[in-house]
Amino acid sequence: MRATGRVPKVEVTQSMHQPVSTPRFSIYYDYKVFPFQPPPELRGEQVRHPVTIVGAGPIGLVAALELARFGIPSVILTAERQVSEGSRALAYTRRSMEILQQVGVAERIARDGLPWQYGISFFRGEPVFHMDMGHDDDDRFFPATNLQQQYLEQYLIEQIEANPLVELRWASRVIGIDGHDDDGVTLRVDTPEGEYALRADWVIAADGARSTLRQALGLRMVGDSYQGRFVIADIRVKLPFETRRRAYFDPSWNPGNTVLMHRAPHDIWRIDYQLPAGETPEQALSRESLFARINEQLAMVGQAGVEWELDWCSVYSAYAMTLTDYVHGRIIFAGDAAHMLPIFGVRGANTGFQDANNLGWKLALVHRGLAPRTLLDTYSHERVAAAQEIVDEAGKSTRFMTPPTRGFRLLRDAVLSLTLTQPFVRPLLHWRTSRPHDYVTSPLNTRGDDDAMFEAGPRKGAVLRNIRLGEDDFLFDHLPAGFLVLDFCEDPAVAPEVVDVVQRWRDRGLPLSIVAVRRQPGEVAGADLTIAAGGTSMFDKYGANGLPAVYLVRPDQHVAARWRSVSGEGLDQALRTAMGAGSKEQCS
Amino acid sequence: MNTLRYLSLPDLEAFYDLLADAIDLVPPEKTELMLTKLALLMANEVADIEKLKALLESARQDL
Repeated sequence: MRATGRVPKVEVTQSMHQPVSTPRFSIYYDYKVFPFQPPPELRGEQVRHPVTIVGAGPIGLVAALELARFGIPSVILTAERQVSEGSRALAYTRRSMEILQQVGVAERIARDGLPWQYGISFFRGEPVFHMDMGHDDDDRFFPATNLQQQYLEQYLIEQIEANPLVELRWASRVIGIDGHDDDGVTLRVDTPEGEYALRADWVIAADGARSTLRQALGLRMVGDSYQGRFVIADIRVKLPFETRRRAYFDPSWNPGNTVLMHRAPHDIWRIDYQLPAGETPEQALSRESLFARINEQLAMVGQAGVEWELDWCSVYSAYAMTLTDYVHGRIIFAGDAAHMLPIFGVRGANTGFQDANNLGWKLALVHRGLAPRTLLDTYSHERVAAAQEIVDEAGKSTRFMTPPTRGFRLLRDAVLSLTLTQPFVRPLLHWRTSRPHDYVTSPLNTRGDDDAMFEAGPRKGAVLRNIRLGEDDFLFDHLPAGFLVLDFCEDPAVAPEVVDVVQRWRDRGLPLSIVAVRRQPGEVAGADLTIAAGGTSMFDKYGANGLPAVYLVRPDQHVAARWRSVSGEGLDQALRTAMGAGSKEQCS
Repeated sequence: MNTLRYLSLPDLEAFYDLLADAIDLVPPEKTELMLTKLALLMANEVADIEKLKALLESARQDL
C-alpha cells in the first residue's frame, strides 16, 4: 500500500537475487536474518507442489497455516530474508483475532498487543466525535488489538517452523510465470544460487500491493485512487494517552488536513499525517520536515518538548480498488495483491485474513477431490463482494479524510465547522472499519432452510458469534477444524439420521464434526463434542431459547444453513451445496 | 392536496435581508463555507431526500 519511501523497490537485474542480509533497522524490534536453503529443484530434482504461496506477509503465512489445518502441504516463497519493515498493519480486528486463533497465534498477540475499543476525533482542539466499537462479555478479543506487524509475522513463522506441512523458502523471488495451464503453474524463481522452475498444482498470489503475479497476468483493479498522500511515522515516546484511535481534523500546524495517532507496544506511537498539496514524498520524508511536523503535532496534543526517537517512516497513498475476479486459472489472489484499501479503517490486513480464511478450506477440499472446482469460484464471488462493499465504505471515509475535489472539501469543512455545535452531523465523522462480511447471497447457502424462522443468532451467510462459557473459556476455543453441525436441543442423543449422514461424509474424508449444545453437563450420544451451555447466553444468542436449532457451519465459521429441525436428507443436500455443488456448474 | 408550507411574503422578505447581511458580514473567502453550512442545517430540517434533490436541482437552474 505504501507507494514510495523506504520499501525496497523491485529491481530488474541480471545477477542472481541477493536480498538484504543485514538486519533491518529498528529501535524496538530485533530482526533475525534467515538463511537461504537451496531447494531440491536447484539440485535438478523434479518436484511438484500441491500449493505454492507467493509472499510471506501475514496473508500468505495465514493461508499456509489454514491449508495445513486441512492437511494440504504448501511452499511459501519470499524475496526477503527477514520479516517486514515497520509497524505496518498494526491493528487487528476482533474477527482477525478469531481467525488468528484458528491458526494458533492469537494468544501471543493478545498477550503482547494493546487492546482498544474507542475512537476519538478532534476539531480545533475539541473532541467532536466518540466512537465505540462495542465489546461485551461474550467476546474473547477486543474490537481491535495493536501490535507491530513484525511480531505477527514472527509468531506466524514460528508456527510454520513447527508445522511439517509448510516450507518457507527465504530469498526466493518469483520473477515470472514459465507456464500456466489447466494442469498447474510453473513459476520462475530467482535465488542467491541461481534460478529454478517451481511446479505447483495451485498458486496463491499473496505478493502484496505491487503483486508481481498480478502484473504478469496483466490484471487491472477497479475503483479509485486518491490524490492525498500520507506520511506514516513510528516514534518512541512516552505519552499519557490511552490506546484508542485519535484523529485530528484541520490541525493548526497542517490546515485542512488530517492527522491520526495510534499507540503500539514498546512506547511506539504511529503518527499519520497528510502531505500538503504539491509536496513530494522525498520532501515530506526529509529530516527537517519530518521532525518539525512531529514536534508540531506533539505540541498540539500538549506534549511540547517531550523526548522522542524515530523508528520508521514511509509515505502512502489511499487506494480503494479491487480485482473483479480473484481466481485466474490456477492462480488465486488474496490480500493486497487482490485489493488495495485505505488504511484509515484498519482494512488492509484485516480484509486479507478473511480472504485466507475463506480460501484455505475451499482449496483444500478441491485439491483433495472432495469438492468440485466450482467451489473456488465461490471464493471469488464471496470475497470480491466483500471487497466491493469495503471499497464503497472506504471511499466514503477517504472522501472525508482527504477530499478529492473543491466540492468535497467544502462539504467536509462545513461538516467539521458544524460539529462543534450540531450533533446531527457528528455521525459523518464515523470511520467505517473492517468487519466480517455476511455472505448472504452466497451460492453455498441452502435455500429453503428455516433461516427466516429465527429471531436471533447469526443469520445464513454470517459468521458465528463467540460465547463466553466460563472464566477464560469461550466457544471458539473448542471448535474443531472443518464443517460443524451445531445441534441445540435437550435430547440425550443427536438424531440418528444426522449421525448417519455425518459418518458417510467423514468416510469420504470430509472434516466434519457434530457439536451438541446442551444446558446440562454430560456427553450427548452421537456428538463429537458436547458443550454445556447452561447459564451462558448461547441459547439466546443463537435463537435457540425454548426451540430446537441446528446450524450447518462452514470451516471458516460462516453459517451455511440453519433449521428448527433437519432431516438426514436435508443435511446431506446442504453439505453438498456448501461444498459448491449448487454453484454455477453442477458437478456430479 | 398540497401539504407544503410556504414562507409568508413578509417572512421571505425578512430572510432575504438577513441572508444578504450575513453574506456581507463574513469575509468573502468564508461565504461558500457559511452557505454550505446553512444548506446542511436546512437539509436536516427538510428531512426528505427527494425534496432535497428537487431543491438542489432548482438551485442549479438558470445560473
